[in-house]
Amino acid sequence: METPLVEMRNVSIAFGGVQAVDNVSISLYAGEVVGLLGHNGAGKSTLIKMLSGAYKMDSGEILINGKKVSITSPRDARNHNIETIYQTLALADNLDAASNLFLGRELTTTLGFVDDDRMEAETRKIMSRLNPNFKKLKVPVSALSGGQRQSVAIARAVYFNAKILIMDEPTAALGVHETAMVAELIQELKNQGLGIFLISHDTREMMDLCDRVSVMKNGRMVGTERVADVTEDDILSMIILGKNPKVAA
Amino acid sequence: MTDQTSDTTTSAPRRSLLATLEVDTRLMGMIGAFILVAVVFNILTDGRFLTPRNIFNLTIQTASVAIMATGMVFVIVTRHIDLSVGAVLAACSALMAMTQVRFLPGMGFEIGHWAIPWIAIGAGLILGSAIGAFNGWLIGYQGIPAFIVTLGGFLIWRNVGWYQTSGQTIGPLDKTFMTFGGINGTLGGPLSWGLGILAILASLLMIFRARQTKIAHGFPVKPMWAELSLAAFCTISIAGFVAILTNYSVPERVVARDPSKFGCEVAEGCTPVYGLPISVLLLVAIAIIMTIIARRTRFGRYIFATGGNPDAAELSGINTKMLTVKIFSLMGALCAISAVVASSRLANHSNDLGTLDELRVIAAAVIGGTALSGGIGTIYGAILGALIMQSLQSGMAMVGVDAPLQNIVVGAVLVFAVFIDIQYRKRTGAK
Repeated sequence: METPLVEMRNVSIAFGGVQAVDNVSISLYAGEVVGLLGHNGAGKSTLIKMLSGAYKMDSGEILINGKKVSITSPRDARNHNIETIYQTLALADNLDAASNLFLGRELTTTLGFVDDDRMEAETRKIMSRLNPNFKKLKVPVSALSGGQRQSVAIARAVYFNAKILIMDEPTAALGVHETAMVAELIQELKNQGLGIFLISHDTREMMDLCDRVSVMKNGRMVGTERVADVTEDDILSMIILGKNPKVAA
Repeated sequence: MTDQTSDTTTSAPRRSLLATLEVDTRLMGMIGAFILVAVVFNILTDGRFLTPRNIFNLTIQTASVAIMATGMVFVIVTRHIDLSVGAVLAACSALMAMTQVRFLPGMGFEIGHWAIPWIAIGAGLILGSAIGAFNGWLIGYQGIPAFIVTLGGFLIWRNVGWYQTSGQTIGPLDKTFMTFGGINGTLGGPLSWGLGILAILASLLMIFRARQTKIAHGFPVKPMWAELSLAAFCTISIAGFVAILTNYSVPERVVARDPSKFGCEVAEGCTPVYGLPISVLLLVAIAIIMTIIARRTRFGRYIFATGGNPDAAELSGINTKMLTVKIFSLMGALCAISAVVASSRLANHSNDLGTLDELRVIAAAVIGGTALSGGIGTIYGAILGALIMQSLQSGMAMVGVDAPLQNIVVGAVLVFAVFIDIQYRKRTGAK
């Protein structure tokens, strides 16, 4: 059988007395979109934050292409080509689009100074592909609309040749048109062979975009199913009841 | 961050004059405020405020606070505060004074040995950076709020200096050391002009180079006449500044005391001028370096990113804890440099050196447009802020305003300046 691109095995983390993620295992293959579903506080965001390096897990292991890796900081995750689009977007509002896109990975001149002109030119290039209407390159991102801010966050993840992409509620702040654009982009990235973790509350949308969905409740994994094998009702009952109807049946 | 206003108007069909010139309206506002203060005091003092002599004094009085204010910009931009800068200045000054007056002569260096001032300055710089780094470590790695750490430092460091000197005033300081302190160290006429011309050429070259890179990347450039106006403005400002300071002649009695100091054999016919003070050159050099750090280095970029959104900075792989250590350490080093300027201006170290400087430095940064909410601030703004505060203070002293009233006015100006700044940001839509 094919080795998964990412595998998280028996991962747990607790904050104080709260077991936020409890012995969860999940895998992702190249060219696949795996959806993470569950109520607020189910542990979806916490689970992927361990993969993106924002949290350190208490126990468990992460394998990338079958090899065990240690991810203890966002920098580690980036070195393994894991890119994350956070729900909060994680943009520095006072900086412009180019500075945000390259934040932590600035292009520099031969003398070691940040090369704003080159970064702006690169930003123009990638934005013309992702969001052709994007023109406000010189203003702080606080002056941009929700959709424009989202495209900066997406551009940041896509620009650096991610192999594994984590998208936490990427369409929550977007209008209909922009949501469709994100869906298109996910399809395109998937065809390029990226593995994508997608978090959303919208079951309908997840059925359309994902190959498999994993449902979490109270920090535990309820079950993972191929979208083709289940109905929307099955998934809803997994989210609400915390039981996998296919296993129960 | 500084040219938001010009950019928001670029899409407008008709661009205003200011937008075409791409000048920073906020900078213009501050220069305007400074000119207003200067003109008002000049009228009130019957023309004594804007004499070369008073302008010379203003610049050397401002240098110490302005040097520290450039570091305070970084501290405040990252949402911290440093209440200990005046105390750290005193501690560094005490160590430097003791080193040159007691320790080194005690170790067999004869008074006036060339190495004494440099060893003393080195010791001060090491102490300042170490205190700053320690503060930064407590704040960044241990999570103690900067307000508390530096409030403690405010009480600790001045008294460490006091303890070290047993409360005595330490002096006289080394001759070379004292050249950093204003009137004791100036360039004279020819050197001042040489440097001024170099500065003009450098600024013209920078304007030209910036235009070239923009064209190379296919970015829009402003019209030629706008570039030329900017170039003319730079030339006139620098030349004007040098002209004023080289118009301050050394008083005859000072020349008569020691004509050889000014390159003359006899006092008759010897009319030397002071020219640019070394302390002011030091300030200019620091301002340039700090501006380059803020705009052109990763360190500076991370400072502003962390100030704008600490979580985002952390998630982008920036080590914000280490960043805090570096920022405070830099602040400490700048305190040590200010200590050189402040103590050498007075020719000795006393325990009250730099008292209340923490408040002046914070006020200068804030008047200069640094936002306490983080993420926003400029080096030149802080320096202008320091200059405006110093002008107010010495202007009022010249007019003969009572001491309590002076402080009341300075306090009111601080609050008013921030009020104006908030209104300005609301208008321009910037945050």
